[in-house]
Amino acid sequence: MSDLLAARSQMGVSLAFHIIFAVAGIAMPVMMVVAEHRWQVTGHAIYLDLAKRWSKGTAILFAVGAVSGTVLSFELGLLWPEFMRFAGPIIGMPFSLEGFAFFTEAIFLGIYLYGWDRIPPRAHLAAGGIVALSGAASGVFVVIANAWMNAPTGFELVQGQAVNVDPLAAMANPAALPQALHMTLAAYAATGFAVAGIHALLLLKDPANAFHRRALAVALIVGAPAAVLQPISGDLSARHLARHQPVKLAAAEALFQTQAGAPLTLGGWPDVDRRETRFAIDIPAGLSLLAFHDPGAVVKGLDAAPRDEWPNVPAVHLAFQLMVALGSYLALIALWAGWRAWRGADLAHDRWLLRAIVLAAPMGFIAVEAGWMVTELGRQPWVIYGVLKTADSVTPMPGLIVPFLTFTLLYCFLGAIVVWLLYRQILRSPEIPEWRGFYMPGGGSRERGDAA
Amino acid sequence: MSLADLLAVVIFATLNAYAVLAGADFGGGVWALLAGGPRKQRQGELIAHAIGPVWEANHVWLILAIVLLFTGFPAAFARLGIVLHIPLSLVLIGIVLRGSAFTFWRYGGDTDAEQRHWGVTFAVASLITPVLLGVTVGAIASGAVSGPRAPGPAFFTGYVAPWLTPFALSVGVFALVAFAFLAAVYLTLEAEDRELQEDFRRRALGAGVALFGAALLVLALSGVGAGAPRVRAGLIFAPWAAPLHLLAGVAAVVALAALWRRRYGAARIAAACQVSLILWGWGLSQYPYILPPDLTVAGAAAPAVTLRLVLGALALGAVVLLPSLYYLFRVFKSRTPVAPPTMPPARPR
Ligand code: HDD
Ligand code: HEM
Ligand code: HEM
Repeated sequence: MSDLLAARSQMGVSLAFHIIFAVAGIAMPVMMVVAEHRWQVTGHAIYLDLAKRWSKGTAILFAVGAVSGTVLSFELGLLWPEFMRFAGPIIGMPFSLEGFAFFTEAIFLGIYLYGWDRIPPRAHLAAGGIVALSGAASGVFVVIANAWMNAPTGFELVQGQAVNVDPLAAMANPAALPQALHMTLAAYAATGFAVAGIHALLLLKDPANAFHRRALAVALIVGAPAAVLQPISGDLSARHLARHQPVKLAAAEALFQTQAGAPLTLGGWPDVDRRETRFAIDIPAGLSLLAFHDPGAVVKGLDAAPRDEWPNVPAVHLAFQLMVALGSYLALIALWAGWRAWRGADLAHDRWLLRAIVLAAPMGFIAVEAGWMVTELGRQPWVIYGVLKTADSVTPMPGLIVPFLTFTLLYCFLGAIVVWLLYRQILRSPEIPEWRGFYMPGGGSRERGDAA
Repeated sequence: MSLADLLAVVIFATLNAYAVLAGADFGGGVWALLAGGPRKQRQGELIAHAIGPVWEANHVWLILAIVLLFTGFPAAFARLGIVLHIPLSLVLIGIVLRGSAFTFWRYGGDTDAEQRHWGVTFAVASLITPVLLGVTVGAIASGAVSGPRAPGPAFFTGYVAPWLTPFALSVGVFALVAFAFLAAVYLTLEAEDRELQEDFRRRALGAGVALFGAALLVLALSGVGAGAPRVRAGLIFAPWAAPLHLLAGVAAVVALAALWRRRYGAARIAAACQVSLILWGWGLSQYPYILPPDLTVAGAAAPAVTLRLVLGALALGAVVLLPSLYYLFRVFKSRTPVAPPTMPPARPR
């Protein structure tokens, strides 16, 4: 394994690991806040229990997210010093703002998790709201930085050097809006359906369980609208790609030849040497229609770029197909659940719907990973699209396979433990004894008498 | 003062906050490892209780320092990432293990065996990480983080020799002792009952004395071999050296005296001042270099427009952050609850 490949793999593994916790960190606080708000309005003890149980899981996820994020901010320099030397002044701004968002998030999460009986309920709820807002803000800022790598603006390139730097223009790059929107929705959709899936599974066993019924409802309130909006926002992303990153779109769609009325390619295996995609279903003019809202529009194919500037076409194409397939499934389930709820049906007794939701549980997270593979692999060989090659930004340090393997092992170990802890906390023992003095004795003793 | 200097000061202040806040969280881990005697169990609980609500917020100071560094001084960040790749990677592993083990310790295992397992992982990571952080500081201060790297310098001379020096290691030991000292001092205030308080008072006094020893070691080694000529010269001969030494010395004596007389509030302030003054001594001694011997603050700085924007964002951010931090510490670090727990607002429907 070459040092460059080791560095890329280490970056990819670190990001793929971090994103799971980041996504949960964006959406879990929203669900906790909704549950806690329901408690304050209705006085139902179940909602308080729900908020507290979710907040335990969130504490674990957040801690692992924070430490893995720290690793990432160092890795930018440890692995890609030349990239940071170039990009730091231009794109450091959103990272600094992100730093503030983290700070706010960490402060109020501490207050939220440990302050149940130290501050008044209203203040506690407000702390949760601030966690939710700043979580979303940190995601948006870091995605803006990533968007700039895809659509770099805000500087002029003179003999390999950036001059006339304008960090605000860099933040306002054309990829920022579509990516930030798509990512934020993805966080709500993925987490909402993951949590809904867990509770749907438990409802299948025990449909009368009031706790899981309410949990399912809150999770769907957060996840379902986002899942419905996700394909629309994805279309916005694709149309951005068609204009600004045609090579990535061509790879995602496995479109080898530039053409008018380009077809939409479903499935298939791109054969890069023969420049054709085999075993695929083509929808005539579909891609032109989606990308430019005009069936006759010309869509650039891979032939528009020199061969050595192509990304790994099969990987990008497969990842893209996977994301779109999973996204379509999630959107359909969300519509189905919404329709049933609107018709006044009791979702907890709709066993087919529950099964479909259980199936959806991992899909959002898989779609997030696949989507990032499209974005990141599809940008190769560039680290800053059209400006700086990945190979030119890697550290000269030799033997990078050692840190790559070390961090990969560390993440596997942590990931296994997190899964196990969550499994035990959420699934196996819903009647957890209250954690040493963390809760009021008896847990529910703060509820009003008329609850339940 | 130029914009670059100003940002450098802010970054240094951020590191200072990290040292006196998160440093004490690491120190707490050290005392968890060394917990003993009849109150072993309660010592561990006190430490977990003290660190729990604040460690993530304390930890973010480091992240803030890093993002400000790569935004404002990208050349310095790039060079650090190359030359100190190994110790920084090890610091990261330590941070990951410390943070996650602490959380698993609090929220994980039902059985005692598991609890102990995580507690030990947390404590060992708390022991190693400060040493490595100190080693990176020592490597910077010694002037070994120099560039530019010739293409492919021999692995050892390029990537190990800069930080594996007696001086850098002594700074690592110093950092560990300083963090342990801070933690013990703060824990005297956290402890609710007298016995625990006495436990940590004894530990604080011991660590305070050890800190003098560690400081002497660092000073001695700064003259041995390659040492750290610049820092040594600055700390001894610069015009500000004498007053700074005097102040740090006063703070140290006040901290120990206050501990002795059980004035824990005063001890906390004096100890934090002492550690901060030592840090600023290091910073001042290597100014105008951000990475001695050749990279200056001005030379590493980003374009003025970036510096201006970042400083503006910092000012705005401070307006949000400082009151929030104040609130956090008031809720968890003052004895009386901010407000007594109350019922949810009754809203008849
Ligand atoms: C729950 C997760 C999820 C779901 C259901 C979808 N996506 Fe997605 N997608 C992501 C999660 C995601 C992501 C992981 O969040 C990405 C990576 C980078 C980004 O901004 O969002 C992404 C990137 C991404 C990109 C590349 C953007 C870029 O590189 O700038 C496109 C074109 C789409 N998506 C399109 C779609 C379409 C047409 C979907 C229709 C169903 C869809 N996505 C569903
Ligand atoms: C969290 C979701 C993300 C995932 C899963 C992800 C995934 C990846 C992968 C797989 C690679 C290796 C690509 C390759 O070299 O072939 C990579 C590279 C990289 N990513 Fe991302 N990425 C994510 C977000 C980001 C963000 C938000 C940033 C920056 C702000 C970023 C910056 C980088 C950099 C600097 C590289 C190395 C250079 C390169 O290979 O282009 N990534 N990422
Ligand atoms: C698209 C990709 C990313 C998203 C959406 C994202 C979002 C988040 C969120 C919401 C958190 C809060 C902590 C948590 O929930 O666990 C977090 C933590 C963190 N992230 Fe990321 N992140 C991404 C990629 C990155 C990258 C590329 C970096 C580094 C350059 C990074 C650095 C950090 C750091 C340092 C933290 C810790 C903050 C703390 O201690 O609270 N993240 N991220």
